[in-house]
Amino acid sequence: MTVGERSPVELVCQDLVALLTDYLEGSCDATTTQLLDSHLDGCPDCREYVAQMKAMIEQVGYVPLETLSPGTQQSLVEAFRDFHQSPRPTAP
Amino acid sequence: MDHDLVDPPLLSMPDAELLSRLRDGDEGAFEHIVTAWSPMMLRMARSFVSTQPSAEEVVQDTWLAVIRGLDAFEGRSLLRTWVLGILHNIARTRGAREARSVPWSSIAGDEESALDPSRFEAPGGPWARHWTDDGAPRPWQPSPDALVIASEIRRLLATALARLPEQQRTVVSMRDVSGLSSDEVCDALGITAANQRVLLHRGRTKLRAELEHYYHGHDSRGG
Repeated sequence: MTVGERSPVELVCQDLVALLTDYLEGSCDATTTQLLDSHLDGCPDCREYVAQMKAMIEQVGYVPLETLSPGTQQSLVEAFRDFHQSPRPTAP
Repeated sequence: MDHDLVDPPLLSMPDAELLSRLRDGDEGAFEHIVTAWSPMMLRMARSFVSTQPSAEEVVQDTWLAVIRGLDAFEGRSLLRTWVLGILHNIARTRGAREARSVPWSSIAGDEESALDPSRFEAPGGPWARHWTDDGAPRPWQPSPDALVIASEIRRLLATALARLPEQQRTVVSMRDVSGLSSDEVCDALGITAANQRVLLHRGRTKLRAELEHYYHGHDSRGG
């Protein structure tokens, strides 16, 4: 909604889809949240959409991300070890 | 999400204790944060620079700076926040040097709606902007073999995530795969909360559409 528009009496399916991330993040204002809650109460299709989005978010959490190569990881541990074994100048 | 990856049990200790162990030269503690945080750091670095090898160098340089800087770190922020801040600076400098074309200072303005507008009734009627009969989401029926489906789904989502535009991919990875908070992601990437939500929204909408296509064979444009 832009400044100057009257608040809608209700929000409907297309709004729910567009606002879903904001809604799940808790970033909608109180009126919008209430309107979306109230729409969801009466709309099984939108409830299904929300459930599907949540299911996807849960599943994507298991996707493995690329890691550092073992060689790189090992050299970092060695750098850490070397740093802590060699005498370091004390801070002024 | 795999909470163990971002906050493995060893690291459920308070930040102050983790810091103290690291300063004492506890290799186990160091190795755990390198393992836990590097995947997310790689993804983040990759969004600033031009190549994967360059991203690895950025992450490596970050950890070296962390090793050297631990003594001086005052603990006014979380350790992870501090590490990501170092990464941000190194990645941004490297990215500028590589003249990377899509800096985080601008949000790539895609974009047609991620969900086919014809799935909603046209404006003007009593059901304006509601789902059409054909467009409404149908329940996803799980297959009898739940384990097979779960790994197929994850493989599918991994592929779809990798195909997202860079910025969307990074935000979805950092939020939904690595479990960082909205504030952490905004700080780390140097973007506003609003921009972060836009990217998260577009990425998630596309990923959900990919899953829907898998279950029901809807048009892959997300409709």
